Amino acid sequence: MNLLVSLFKTSIGKKFLMALTGLVMVGFVTGHLVGNLQIFFQPDRINGYAHFLQALGPVLWAIRLFLLVCVAVHVWAAVALTLESRAARGPEAYAIKKWLSATVASRYMRLSGIVVLAFLIYHLAHFTLGVAQPGTFKTALPEWKMLEDAREFGFPLAAKGDVVHDVYSMVFLGFANPVVSIFYIIAVGLLSVHMLHGIDSLFQTIGWRSAKWSCLLRKVALVYCIVYFLGNLAIPGAILTGIAKPAVGTYAAQKLAASPAATSSAVQP
Amino acid sequence: MAKLDSKTPSGPLADKWQKHKTEIKLVNPANKRKYEIIVVGGGLAGSSASATLAELGYKVKNFVFHDSPRRAHSIAAQGGINAAKNYQNDGDSVHRLFYDTLKGGDYRARESNVHRLAEVSVNIIDQCAAQGVPFAREYGGLLANRSFGGAQVSRTFYARGQTGQQLLLGAYSALSRMVGQGGVELHTNSEMLDLVLVDGHAKGIIVRDLNTGAITRHSADAVILATGGYGNVFNLSTYARQSNATAIWRAYKRGACLANPCYTQIHPTCIPVSGDYQSKLTLMSESLRNDGRIWVPKKKEDAKKPPASIPEADRDYYLERIYPSFGNLAPRDVSSRAAMRMCDEGRGVGETGLGVYLDFADAISRLGEPAVRERYGNLFDIYHEITAENAYKTPMRIFPAVHYTMGGLWVDYNLMSNIPGLFVLGEANFSDHGANRLGASALMQGLADGYFVIPYTIGDYLAGQKPGSRPKADGAEFKQAEQNVQSMTEKFLANKGTEPVSHFHKRLGKIMWEHCGMARTKAGLEQALQKIPALREEFQANVKVPGSAATLNQSLEQAGRVADFIELGELLCRDALTREESCGGHFREEYQHPDGECKRDDEHYAHVAAWEYQGAGKTPLRNTEPLNYEFTKMSVRSYK
Amino acid sequence: MVAEHSVKKNFSVTLRVWRQAGPNQPGKFVDYPATDISPDMSFLEMLDVVNDGLTKIGDEPIAFAHDCREGICGTCSCTINGKPHGPGKGIATCQVYMRSFGEGDVIVVEPFRARAFPLIKDLVTNREAFDKIQQAGGFISVRTGAAPDANSIPVPKEDADLAMDAASCIGCGACVAACKNASAMLFVAAKVSQLGLMPQGQPERDKRVLAMVKTMDEAGFGNCSNQYECSAVCPKLITHDFIARMNRDYLAALFRSNFKPVSGASDGGA
Repeated sequence: MNLLVSLFKTSIGKKFLMALTGLVMVGFVTGHLVGNLQIFFQPDRINGYAHFLQALGPVLWAIRLFLLVCVAVHVWAAVALTLESRAARGPEAYAIKKWLSATVASRYMRLSGIVVLAFLIYHLAHFTLGVAQPGTFKTALPEWKMLEDAREFGFPLAAKGDVVHDVYSMVFLGFANPVVSIFYIIAVGLLSVHMLHGIDSLFQTIGWRSAKWSCLLRKVALVYCIVYFLGNLAIPGAILTGIAKPAVGTYAAQKLAASPAATSSAVQP
Repeated sequence: MAKLDSKTPSGPLADKWQKHKTEIKLVNPANKRKYEIIVVGGGLAGSSASATLAELGYKVKNFVFHDSPRRAHSIAAQGGINAAKNYQNDGDSVHRLFYDTLKGGDYRARESNVHRLAEVSVNIIDQCAAQGVPFAREYGGLLANRSFGGAQVSRTFYARGQTGQQLLLGAYSALSRMVGQGGVELHTNSEMLDLVLVDGHAKGIIVRDLNTGAITRHSADAVILATGGYGNVFNLSTYARQSNATAIWRAYKRGACLANPCYTQIHPTCIPVSGDYQSKLTLMSESLRNDGRIWVPKKKEDAKKPPASIPEADRDYYLERIYPSFGNLAPRDVSSRAAMRMCDEGRGVGETGLGVYLDFADAISRLGEPAVRERYGNLFDIYHEITAENAYKTPMRIFPAVHYTMGGLWVDYNLMSNIPGLFVLGEANFSDHGANRLGASALMQGLADGYFVIPYTIGDYLAGQKPGSRPKADGAEFKQAEQNVQSMTEKFLANKGTEPVSHFHKRLGKIMWEHCGMARTKAGLEQALQKIPALREEFQANVKVPGSAATLNQSLEQAGRVADFIELGELLCRDALTREESCGGHFREEYQHPDGECKRDDEHYAHVAAWEYQGAGKTPLRNTEPLNYEFTKMSVRSYK
Repeated sequence: MVAEHSVKKNFSVTLRVWRQAGPNQPGKFVDYPATDISPDMSFLEMLDVVNDGLTKIGDEPIAFAHDCREGICGTCSCTINGKPHGPGKGIATCQVYMRSFGEGDVIVVEPFRARAFPLIKDLVTNREAFDKIQQAGGFISVRTGAAPDANSIPVPKEDADLAMDAASCIGCGACVAACKNASAMLFVAAKVSQLGLMPQGQPERDKRVLAMVKTMDEAGFGNCSNQYECSAVCPKLITHDFIARMNRDYLAALFRSNFKPVSGASDGGA
C-alpha cells in the first residue's frame, strides 16, 4: 500500500499522524510562548520581533499553511479515530465503568481538544485576523517607531527608526478585557492538560516509550506543561492584575489612562 | 470379537519406526488434495495433526467444541516436555527415555510405541523452537533443562510454569497459518456427537453447533479423534470443566474398543476440596515436595485443631516414617495412597478431613523466607488466592486428585483404532503410557502423535481408499446417525425431571472416587457396579434440562456429557474389577507387596484389555492384546 | 489460621446479571439472590449454585463462558462491577473468590462488551476476531519436519524471557473489554512482540505486523488512546510497553515496505 494512503487509512497510521502533528504543535506553542514573553521587555522587543515575522512574507505564509495543515490533520485524525472507537464499543454500554489506570488528562482529551480548537479560532480572529476586537487590532492602532535596533541573538530584527505595527499595545489592550483574559487562561490551562497526555501519548505511539523511563517521561511532561501554563498565565494575568503596566509613552499606556473603566488597576501611573 | 492387530513392525526395536516409515504406503502429492480428513479436537494432538496434514496437502476439517482451539486443556499443563536431546551431556539417550517411560508405565505399554515416542521427542523440540515457542534459556542463549520425576537425567524442556500453554499456542499458530491459507476449515463451537460408519469404515461425524444448536453431517475419507481424556468421570479433577469423553464414548458405541479405562492417574499435591459446591481441583506443582514436609496429627482428636497448637511430638511425618529413603519425595501413586490411608484413619485435616499438611516451617527456618519465596512464590500465591491462607505462616493443606487418564481408545502402531479409518491421538488413545504416566510425558505424546506419527501413518490407510470415493454426507448412515443425535437431544429437553445435571455428575464422582479412586477392592467395585446403573436409571428419569435446542444451551451440553460419563464410569469399574492385579495408576488392595507397593501379575495380566460395546444393557466384551516384551525385562518397580 | 478459616460465615449477595436470549434480542439486567454463599467459593462456583437453583425452579440458567477454572485457558469473561474479570489484579474471572465480596453486596455482572465481540447469549460473547488476527500472521512459517536443531538458533535469555512475558497472553479479550475504545492493541502487540523478539520470527517480521494490524482494523476494534486500562486488567499483567514496541515495528515496517526495492521490477518507476 502506498505509504501516505496507509498512514491515513490504518489505525496506527492515523495515530502516527496525530502524534506527529501534535509534536509540531507542541514545538509551535513553545516557540510562540517564548516570543510572547517579550511583552515584558521594552516595546521595541516584541514589536521588532513581530515586524521580523511579518517581513518573512511568503515564508511566513508557508509556515502558517503548514501549521494549519497540521491542525487540520490533527483534528481530522481525532475525529476519525473517535468515530471508529465509538463504533467499536458496540451497541450496549457498560452499566458500570471503573477507571483503573487512565489519567484524568487522558479521559478528557476530546473535551480539552474541542475547547482549545475553539480558542484557537478565536485567538486567530483576535490577534492575527483582527476580526474579534477590531478596535484594538494592530492595524487600527497608531504605528510604532523603533527607538533602538532590535536584535535576537545578534540577528537583526528591525532597525532603529523603522515604523512597525504596535503589537505591544495590541496585547496590552486586548488583555485589558477580563472576559478575553479569562477565556485565554482557561484555554491555555486545558491546552496544558491536553499536552500532558498528548506528550506522553506521542512517545507511546511513535514507539519510544518503555517502562524503564516512562516515569521520567511523565514527570518531564508534567513539568513542561506546568511551566507552559505558568508562562501563558503570566501575560494576561500580569496585565489584568496590573503587575505589568504598559511602558510610559506607548499608545496602550495613554489609552488605558484615558479610560479607567476598562481596568482600574491598569491605569496606575 | 474385535480384531486387535497391533501391526507392530518386525526387526530390532530401534529400527522399527524407520523401517515402518519406508514400508508403509504413500499418497502421491497430487492426490493428497483429493482426500478430506476430519480432525476432532484442537489441543496439542489435534492442532498439530490438523496443521501438519494440511501442510502435506490434505484437505482438513478441524472441529473443536471450544470457541477457539487455543482453549483446549493442553493449555494447562505446567511442568514441561521430555525429549532425549542430551543437551546437558548427562548421559541421556533415546533408549534411556524409552526405558524410563516404559518402566514408569509399570510395563503395561507396547515397547514399539514407547520407543517411537522417545525417538521423535527430539524432533518435537526442534519443531517447537522453530515455531517461536519461548522455551527457558540459559545465558548463552541455548535451551535450559530441568529434571523431573522418574528420571535420573535433566531432559525436561519448559517455558516457565506454562509449558503446555506455550506448546499449544505453537501448535495453534501452525494451525492458524493453515486456516489462513485455506488448508484447514476450522469449525469452532462444534461438538462431535456421533461417528458415522459406512461399510465398517469411519467416514464422517455428526456435529452440533453449540451456539445455534444446528446439527450437521460431515463426511471425510478418515476421521481423527484427538479429544483428550475422561478424568471428569470423577467430577472433581484437575481437568477443565468442559473436558469430556463424549467423542470417544460415542465412537466406542460404534464399535471402537476402549482400552484399559481403569488406568487413571492421581496427583498427590492438589488443593483439597473446600465444599460441596466445588467444581475444580487445582494442582500445586510436585516440586513443592522438595522442601515441604508432609504430616498429619498422630491423634485423631487433634485433626481439627490449628496446626500450630500441635506439638512436634504429636505430629506424624508419615512419608518419612514409612518410606525412609525417599521420604517426602516418594512417587506420585505411593504418596497419594499414603495420604488417603491417613485420612481413612480419621487423621485427615481441614474442614472436610480430607487433607494432609505440607509444611514449610523447616525449610523457612533452614533457608529463610526469601529463599523459599524465590523458589515457590508463585505457588504460595496461588494457594493464598484459593484458600486465603498464608503458607509461609501455616502449613498448606493438600490432597490427591485425578489428573490424567492413561486408558483410551485402542489403537494399533499406526494410531488407527479397530474401526478402519478412525485414528485416535493424544490422551484420547491408550497407547504410550501403560498403567502410569511420568511427568512431562503427556505433552510429548500429544505432539509426537500429531506432528510426527499420524502424517506418515494415515497415508497407509488412505492409499487403500480410492481418491474421491468418500461417501456424500446424505447417505442413510449419516441420516440415521443424525436422527440418533436429534432424538437424544429431544429426549433430554422433554424429560420431566427435577434435578440439574450437576447433581448427577457429583453423585457419579462420589461413587467413582469412593470405589474406584486411589485404591480399589473387589467388594467396592462390585458395589459401584450396582450403584452406577441405578444412578443411570435415575438420571434418565429425573434429570432436568431447561431451555431449547436451538440456542446456546449449556445444560443440554452437560446432560449429554454426563450421560456418557455415567456409562463410561461403569465400564471403568468393570475394567478395574477384572484386572486382578495392581499396576501403576490401578491399585487393587488385594494385590500389594507387604510394603504397600503394586503387585503386578505379569503371568495373567501382561495384556491390554480392550472393551468392545455389545449393545445397550449388555455386558461389554473384554478383548485382550498380549504385551510381548522382546527387548526389555519386566521388573518390579520399587522406589524404596 | 485454619481455625479462623472454619468460623468464617456464609453470606448472601444480590446478583444483577445481564440476560440476553440471543444475538439480536433485547437484553436487560435481572436481579437474582445468591444466598448462603461460602467465602471460599469461586465466583464461577457461586454462579453454578445460582444456576442449579434456577434450573430447579424451571428457569433457564445464566449462560457464562468458562473452562479450565485455573486462569489459563482464557474462556471465562465476565465484567464484574465494572471491571473485566472482576476485583483483583492479574486474575481471570475464574480466580475471583467470593471472599472479595460482603454481606448484602449487589454484584453487577455484564459480558465483555465490544462490537468485535458480538454477544451470543447472556454473558457469552464471540471472540473469533482474535483467531482471525492470529490467522493473518500470528505464526512463524515452518513446515513440520523442516526445523533445524533447536540449539542451532540461540536466543539471548533476556529476549527469550521478554518473549515469554508477551507469550503468556491467554487470549481472553479483557484488554478489549476494558478499553473505552474496544481496542485490541494489547492482544495483537503481545503476539507481534513474542515472535518479533525471537530470531526465528525475523524473516516475516514486517509482513506479520502489517497483516495482523490490518486484520485487527478490519475486525472492528477501536483505536488505542494510550490509557493502559488494558494492561491494568490483563490476567497475565502483560505490559503496554509491547504496544509501543508494536507501534515502532509497524511504522518501521510501513516505511520499509514502501522504500524497499521490489524483486522482479524491471525499472525504477517513472
